[in-house]
Amino acid sequence: MWLGSGLLLPAPALSGHGTGAGQSALREATPRQSDGKGEHEMRLYAAVAVNGFRRYATYRVATAAGVFTNTVFGFIIAYTFIALWSERPHLGGYDQAQALTFVWVSQALLAACALLGGGFQEELQERIRSGDIAVDLYRPVDLQSWWLASELGRAAFQLLGRGVVPLAVGALAFDLALPADPLTWLAFLLAVFLGIVVGFGVRYLVALCSFWLLDGAGVTLIAGLATTFFSGVLLPLNAFPGGFGEFVRTLPWAAMLQVPVDVLLGRAAGTGLLTALAFQAGWAVALLAAGRALQALATSKAVVQGG
Amino acid sequence: MVRDTMRGGERTAHDSGPAALGGERVAYDGDPARFIELDGVEKVFDVRRKAGLLRREKHQVRAVDGISFTVPRGQMVGYIGPNGAGKSTTIKMLTGILVPSGGRLRVAGIDPSRERTRLARRIGVVFGQRTTLWWDLPLRDSYCLVHRMYKIPDARYRENLERCVELLDLGDLLDVPVRQLSLGQRMRGDIAAALLHDPEVLYLDEPTIGLDVVSKAKVRDFLRDVNADLGMTVLLTTHDLTDIEQLCERVMVIDHGRLVYDGGLSGLHAVGESERTLVVDLERELPPIDDVPGARTVRVEGPRQWLAFAATASAAPLVAAVAERYPLVDLSVREPDIEAVIAKMYAERSAER
Ligand SMILES: Nc1ncnc2c1ncn2[C@@H]1O[C@H](COP(=O)(O)OP(=O)(O)OP(=O)(O)O)[C@@H](O)[C@H]1O
Ligand SMILES: [Mg+2]
Repeated sequence: MWLGSGLLLPAPALSGHGTGAGQSALREATPRQSDGKGEHEMRLYAAVAVNGFRRYATYRVATAAGVFTNTVFGFIIAYTFIALWSERPHLGGYDQAQALTFVWVSQALLAACALLGGGFQEELQERIRSGDIAVDLYRPVDLQSWWLASELGRAAFQLLGRGVVPLAVGALAFDLALPADPLTWLAFLLAVFLGIVVGFGVRYLVALCSFWLLDGAGVTLIAGLATTFFSGVLLPLNAFPGGFGEFVRTLPWAAMLQVPVDVLLGRAAGTGLLTALAFQAGWAVALLAAGRALQALATSKAVVQGG
Repeated sequence: MVRDTMRGGERTAHDSGPAALGGERVAYDGDPARFIELDGVEKVFDVRRKAGLLRREKHQVRAVDGISFTVPRGQMVGYIGPNGAGKSTTIKMLTGILVPSGGRLRVAGIDPSRERTRLARRIGVVFGQRTTLWWDLPLRDSYCLVHRMYKIPDARYRENLERCVELLDLGDLLDVPVRQLSLGQRMRGDIAAALLHDPEVLYLDEPTIGLDVVSKAKVRDFLRDVNADLGMTVLLTTHDLTDIEQLCERVMVIDHGRLVYDGGLSGLHAVGESERTLVVDLERELPPIDDVPGARTVRVEGPRQWLAFAATASAAPLVAAVAERYPLVDLSVREPDIEAVIAKMYAERSAER
């Protein structure tokens, strides 16, 4: 959470009230420096995250159904990968156990990282379209931090609720290349956290487009396809050939699944691990900053719908 | 009514409780008579419409077309007008979530759209059709979040929550997920959520929409208390004129984005040339009464007839005239119906255009 806590503090110059820089922003900024304030903000967003967690926890049947689906798909894709890897051993530099680990970890992260939809994006789009966003805007909070906190809460629940069981089943049914070193697992969790923040950053930008486009279906479709393809959920990005593969591995989507899996597989160790995490953190910061800029534009120029 | 008007003028920013609370909040030290101030405020929407197969025509909707008014601190004002008049648009500008296209707007000395977040701590908003509550979680959780969001001191929070729970009858609902609440219950929950942080101004956009008679009465009583006890400034839009009659000493009527009336409720009758109604019960069914000067029969139902006459005229000569010519059994006089006055006003204005 060390990075998160830094990012969650609203930067007044960029925050929601658009042109309200200048005097007022300065007046606001000064007391925020003090610890009490920052701590208070943290407690608020922690409460938001907890609510995000509990919200999803109330839907037990949906969670069970999700676990079942993830597990079934895990088996289907696992057998497909076994067929593929026996044709092309060491495809993308993975042996079969590593490829199968990729399959089960991606099933485990599917819901948490919202790789095939889900998460806050549809909800935020719908709120913008219907005008319910008005309710969010007249609160004395930063819109982006609010949604990020709530998304982290959701992801935390889905990591536990929908991730643990499929991975355990996969590990029992197949021979996976899971690490024994708890530090590697810790690094993996950190990479997952960063991946979720990057995913949030991308989808926040997509969702804000609704302020102008109103019908977000087009962008949603394109963004969804991009995530499916470039995150590696269909096929590990390592298996993408040549220059194209190299290019794809520098995109933000690579930070969502490929990097966490590689961290878990120990393919990024030592300075490689730092590079991998820095790659994710870099995208996270860039995307959140872009989100803030777009948010400032949206709240000063765009129109809140509905009567 | 007199009581409320006086409060508007005499109270200062310093003696009205809520402003002093909340620690960091800087009390409004401007003129309490100009707590909310609008000067030629406009909002123009650009809309594109299909015109032909591929062509799209751009045109403008003047949702708010130059509105000016001031509201003193502590006043409860009704803001009414027909559908599409620009009421919700005005409220959105007052809360800072829409930037005006023109004019000057201040709430407690703050320009809402420039300092939305700072103002947010000092205002409460209830949109009848929307909710601030967390849909999937118990009511109580939403309130806890409000507690943190507005940094309400613990003691103050408990006190306010207790008060709201008691007056709005929320006791049994606190642990129910919001999605399981009825509309009226949810609305009461929303009103409480808007008041926990002691806002200085409360905007209510159709707070009684869809409520039954009992809930409406409860909400009205509560708002009256809040306004009287805490000196909270309240701006209320509604289509239920009973809300206005029971709560507001001042009413503003807007139509097509312009202010067409601003004053007391009684003044509306004069403006609307309203009529009173004399209801007479005759001994038997008779043809409509048509020979009484200054009155016209508007309805006949068996032996009962309704006669409309100018609200400013006396009923006595009319009653005498009817009694003289017809076998009168019983009678009653109905005061002008505010609904009818407003309806007439809206209709006349759209005919003028
Ligand atoms: N986002 C928007 N884009 C374009 N036009 C809009 C938009 N929002 C409102 N309008 C127009 O502005 C006018 C005023 O709308 P507003 O919602 O303020 O009315 P209202 O007085 O609240 O009506 P109601 O009583 O029906 O709630 C209407 O003509 C409406 O069509
Ligand atoms: Mg409206």
